[in-house]
Amino acid sequence: MSYNVDEKGYYGQFGGAYIPEMLYPNVEELRQQYLKITAEPEFKAEFDQLLKDYVGRPSPLYFAKRLSEKYNTKIYLKREDLNHTGAHKINNTIGQILVAKKLGKKRIIAETGAGQHGVATATVCALMGLECIVYMGEIDIARQAPNVARMKMLGATVRAALSGSRTLKDATNEAIRDWINNPVDTHYIIGSAIGPHPYPDMVTRFQSVISEEIKWQLKEKEGRENPDYVIACIGGGSNAAGTYYHFLHEPEVGIIAVEAAGKGVNSGHSAATSKLGKVGIIHGCKTLLMQTPDGQITEPYSISAGLDYPGVGPMHAHLAESGRAEFFSVTDDEAMNAGLELCKLEGIIPAIESSHALAVLNDKKFKPEDVVVICLSGRGDKDLNTYIDYFKF
Amino acid sequence: MNRIEQKLQENKKILSIYFSAGYPNLNDTVQIIQDLEKNGIDMIEIGLPFSDPLADGPTIQASSTTALHNGMTTQILFDQLKDIRKTVSIPLVIMGYFNPMLQYGVEKFCQKCAEIGIDGLIIPDLPVAIYADEYKATFDKYGLINVFLITPQTSDERIRFIDSVSSGFIYMVSSASVTGSSAGFGSTQEDYFKHIADLNLKNPQIVGFGINNAETFNQATQYAKGAIIGSAFITHLKENGSGKIADFVKAIR
Repeated sequence: MSYNVDEKGYYGQFGGAYIPEMLYPNVEELRQQYLKITAEPEFKAEFDQLLKDYVGRPSPLYFAKRLSEKYNTKIYLKREDLNHTGAHKINNTIGQILVAKKLGKKRIIAETGAGQHGVATATVCALMGLECIVYMGEIDIARQAPNVARMKMLGATVRAALSGSRTLKDATNEAIRDWINNPVDTHYIIGSAIGPHPYPDMVTRFQSVISEEIKWQLKEKEGRENPDYVIACIGGGSNAAGTYYHFLHEPEVGIIAVEAAGKGVNSGHSAATSKLGKVGIIHGCKTLLMQTPDGQITEPYSISAGLDYPGVGPMHAHLAESGRAEFFSVTDDEAMNAGLELCKLEGIIPAIESSHALAVLNDKKFKPEDVVVICLSGRGDKDLNTYIDYFKF
Repeated sequence: MNRIEQKLQENKKILSIYFSAGYPNLNDTVQIIQDLEKNGIDMIEIGLPFSDPLADGPTIQASSTTALHNGMTTQILFDQLKDIRKTVSIPLVIMGYFNPMLQYGVEKFCQKCAEIGIDGLIIPDLPVAIYADEYKATFDKYGLINVFLITPQTSDERIRFIDSVSSGFIYMVSSASVTGSSAGFGSTQEDYFKHIADLNLKNPQIVGFGINNAETFNQATQYAKGAIIGSAFITHLKENGSGKIADFVKAIR
C-alpha cells in the first residue's frame, strides 16, 4: 500500500480538492507547478541554504538520557523547537514563499491559530519583502497577544476573523475568502498538511526535511537509519507528516500519532479527530472531521491552540484508517504534566503541542532496546502563560 | 422537461432569489417561497445552511448561522418542503455546501429532492471533475440539474468544458469576490459579461454575486439570461421581516 498522495490528489479515500470554482485557477496552477518548481536545482539550493543559514538546520537529534532512564527505553528528541521562530512551521513557510515568488505572487495570506504559523509566515514575508496578511480568530487574538505583536513587528497585518467561533477554523475560512477576493496576485500559505490538493503533499514535502535528517543523524548515533518508533502530535498534522514521511514505507518503523483529547475524548471538549471524526469535507479536502450528524462542523477543544482543529490532514486520516499509524489521544492534564516533566528531566520547556507527543510515554510501554524518536515540534515560550495558569507558578 | 429548462425558454429576463432556509425564523421557509412566486420571481435558490460557507460574505454567513441556531437541518428543510409543489410551480433549486449532503447521503438527498419536486442543485464546493466521476449518474437518475459556476478567472477553454457538461444554466459569478459585494459593476464586469455572451455557449447564463438593485440587475441581464439576488434580499428580510417581499421585488423590476 502507498501512503503517499496519488495522481488525483488522494490518500486512499481522503484528500482531493473540494474547492469552489473561484479558487480553481490558483489551486490548479499550484498543482501543475509545485513539483516542477521544487525540483529545480536553483529552488533546492535556495531552500537548503535558507534552512541552513536562516532557520538553523539541521536541528539536533538529541538523546534524552534522563527521560530515557525514567521510561527505560532509548528516547531521542528531534529538536524542531530550536528552529528560528521556535517551531517546525518555518520549514514550510520558507518553501512556500519561494514557490510564491516563482509564481510571481506579490501578496501573501495565511491563517493562524496560536500564532506560530502566522509568525513563521510574517517572518518569511519580511525576508522576501512581500506583503503579508494573517487571519486570526478574534478569540485567539485576545489570548495570544505576544504572537500578534510579533507578527506586527515583522510588518504583517493581522486581521480578525469575526465569523463562527472566531478561532482557527474561522481564520482559515477568512483566508480562503480573501483568496477568492484576490485571485491574481495572492498566494495562500496554508500552515498545516490540510487544504485542497496539492497543499497536503506540498506541506508534507517541505516538512519532510525532519525525517530526512533523522535518518542520517540516527545512523551516526545508532548505526542504523530506522528507529523503532517515530512519535508526533497531530492537529492538522504538519510536524507529524514531516516526521513520518521517510518512514512511511519502512514497515519496521512504528508510527505513533498523538491527538489532543482535551478534557477527555468523550467529554464534549476534545480535539481527538480520529476518534470523534467522520468522513467529510473541510477546507477543501475530504478527511476525518468533527461534525454534527447533520454535517455541520463542530468546535474542537484543546488546551493547546495548535491542536485545536476539527479536522486532520488527509494523509493522517489514511494512516488511521489503514492502521499504518497507531493513534493515541492525550488529555490536557496528561500533556501539561509531560511538559513539566521534560523541563525537570532535560531542561527543555516544550510547546504544549509537543507535550502531547511526550505524554504517550505513559500510555505505551517501549522495550529497553527500542529507539524511539519524538518530534519536539516547538518551544514553550509562547505557552508560558498557559503553564503559569495551569501550575500556578 | 425540467422546470428550469422550461422557464429558461420563456422570452424574458430571469429574476432569481436566494435566501437561507430557516431565516429569519425556522418556519418562514415555505411562506417566503410562496410570496416570492406571488410577486413574480422566476426561480428560487433555497440555501441549505452550513457552518462554514467558504464562498459567502458576511450577510449570508450571518443568515446561515441564524438559521442553524434556529434549528435548521437538512431533514427539517425536506419536511418543510414536503408539500411545496401543491402551491408553488416555479423552478426551485437547493444551494448548499457539499458536506451536509454527504452526511445525509448523496443518493438519499437526491431522492428526497426528486420526491419534493426540487429541480436542481448548486454546490459551490463540489468541483466539476469530482461530480462527473462520482455523482453525475445519481443526479441524472433523479432528474436533477447540477449547476456549475464560472468566474472572471475561468479560462475560455474551461468555460467551454463546463458548458459541455452542464444543463439548465451556467451560474456566472460577476466578479472576483465572495457573495454580498456592493461595489457595483464597472467596465470590467461589462466586458466580462459581453465576452461570455460572445462565446455563444449552449447553456444560458445567469449572473450572481453583487446584484443588489435594479441597476445591477439590468447591467447583468443586458447580456445574460438572468440574475440572482442573494445578500441584498437577506438584508431586506433582516430589516423588514418576511412581510414586505413585494416592495423588494418592485424595486428591482
